[in-house]
Amino acid sequence: MVINMVKSLDRLYSRAVFLGYRRGITLQNENQSLLRVEGVKTKEDAKWYIGKRVAYVYRAHTAQTKKNKQTKYRSIQGKVIAAHGTNGVVRARFSHNLPSQAIGKLVRVMLYPNRPAIAN
Amino acid sequence: MVKWYPTEDFKKIKTKEEQKPTRIRGAITPGQVLILLAGKHQGKRVVFIKQLESGLLLVTGPYKLNGVALKRIPQAYTIPTSTKLDISGLDTSDITDAFFAKEKKKAAKSEEQFFVAKPSKKEVPEFKKAAQKKLDGSIASAIKDPLVKKYLSTKFRLRNGMFPHLLKF
Repeated sequence: MVINMVKSLDRLYSRAVFLGYRRGITLQNENQSLLRVEGVKTKEDAKWYIGKRVAYVYRAHTAQTKKNKQTKYRSIQGKVIAAHGTNGVVRARFSHNLPSQAIGKLVRVMLYPNRPAIAN
Repeated sequence: MVKWYPTEDFKKIKTKEEQKPTRIRGAITPGQVLILLAGKHQGKRVVFIKQLESGLLLVTGPYKLNGVALKRIPQAYTIPTSTKLDISGLDTSDITDAFFAKEKKKAAKSEEQFFVAKPSKKEVPEFKKAAQKKLDGSIASAIKDPLVKKYLSTKFRLRNGMFPHLLKF
């Protein structure tokens, strides 16, 4: 994964925010995360994203650098599994559950796998 | 009631269906411009040539315009655009999955051979370069509009206000 300096010009993913885990009032299920994808406001729009891969990218420090210089990039991979509610929020499942410190942080929703309808 | 059993035991013979190649989605036709979504060439616009027997799509940059050589990609990692080139006269029968087979490396049998410095850069074999040149030449002649050449050399990127589910490719 190539990280470029000019981030705004190099995006091939949708931006999404990790809202929290799927939950009722008192009980939460950390296996499923809720994501709000930028620009997605209805359930119909959210259906486009079902199946798309998702990545939570974060930085860590390497053995050589100190904790305040975090140069090593890591990611947790996942995918969008369903729409959540009627306002475009989306449920995602990750290979490892997202850490709670990721709440409010950026998650990338990739454009692949792209499966347009089979035209007959 | 007692269950009914046949008088003789016989095994059901399952006939295995022949594997068909992946269906082409989105009505992609040869000559259509696709956007690559992942890998080294992500964002690049390439020309779709044909579907190979393995189901993968054969695409080319053309190499001179955007640095993408003849390449196989799965369809899930492309977005089809509405731009179509006319490449009906192209002869692509010699490019198959075998074209992309890896060269068999000879295992180092002796210790000396193991420690001999291996060439660091992989050379592209001549037959691949020749096929590339031939194909790209025909595609370049099919491009009449200079804007299409520029289109193929620029990358696709999402910008502020561009949401994929609303975009018409």
